[in-house]
Amino acid sequence: MSSDPSPAQQFIDAVPHAKALGLVLEEITDGCAVMSMPYDERFIGDPLTRVISGGAVSALLDTCCGAAVMSYPGALGTATLDLRIDYMRAAKPGQRIVARAECFHATRTVAFVRATAHDEDEGLPVATASGAFTMEAGSRMKEATT
Amino acid sequence: MSRSKPEPVQIIKERRDKALRVLIGGIPYVQFLGIRFDRRGDELTAVLPFDEKLIGNPFLPALHGGVTAAFLEVTAMIELSWSILWEQMEQGTLDPRALDEAHMPRLPKTIDLTVDYLRSGLPRDAYARARVNRSGRRYASVHVEAWQDNRSRLYAQATGHFLIPSRDGER
Repeated sequence: MSSDPSPAQQFIDAVPHAKALGLVLEEITDGCAVMSMPYDERFIGDPLTRVISGGAVSALLDTCCGAAVMSYPGALGTATLDLRIDYMRAAKPGQRIVARAECFHATRTVAFVRATAHDEDEGLPVATASGAFTMEAGSRMKEATT
Repeated sequence: MSRSKPEPVQIIKERRDKALRVLIGGIPYVQFLGIRFDRRGDELTAVLPFDEKLIGNPFLPALHGGVTAAFLEVTAMIELSWSILWEQMEQGTLDPRALDEAHMPRLPKTIDLTVDYLRSGLPRDAYARARVNRSGRRYASVHVEAWQDNRSRLYAQATGHFLIPSRDGER
């Protein structure tokens, strides 16, 4: 073994499907996560264009949103309640996809998250996501006055 | 009015099964997730056999939310493609014998998908069926439902909008 995986990568390795997709957790701070998915021919959704399947992009966005919720101060657990994904354009074949998710508000029970996914072109995103997640909060959780 | 003799059932079945095989067999991501489709006439049921790599929460354990989203999206997209293909085959405007891996029907593009997670996905097989609620010249709206043990206890549902590929190949 070369070196111990970082706690962030341990988080990914504990999730079998994230591992199957080859996801890499690039950054994680309070309520924000950056995650990448390598280009892999097994994830192609349209053999004619060799573009990655929308489903694989959805899986990346869902995982990244979940990681953002888990990194929110006081969060102990989460599950997706609702996720909307808009596909703006096809991802370029051969390029990895990077998702950025932000948990912009959370109560003791619900977390609200938005995310974007880009290929190597930092301009127009490939897809955006907006979701509501369950929040299992510990005592550290700062309850918003709603 | 004279009616021509109906084709033997086996020939019709073989033609339809082949068209479905070509449609699905060419999509690597469908194979990656292990999704297959059962056909009864024009009705499709997507089947996602359980596999360890589909787990998102190893402690419960539960299926990954992204797997569920992908399963619903694939089912909706294939149902829409299949309904277009079916119509063309029935009208005789498309000869399924001309379909092969190099001559695939063009696939619709997903515009958006809204997934409603109703229950956590259990570590067992999942099923899904989609319904094309509207299919116009350019856009289609498709609803899809997924369940595990009981057809009446959905574990997730979704609505998606799709861009339909134009007949002349231009999008």
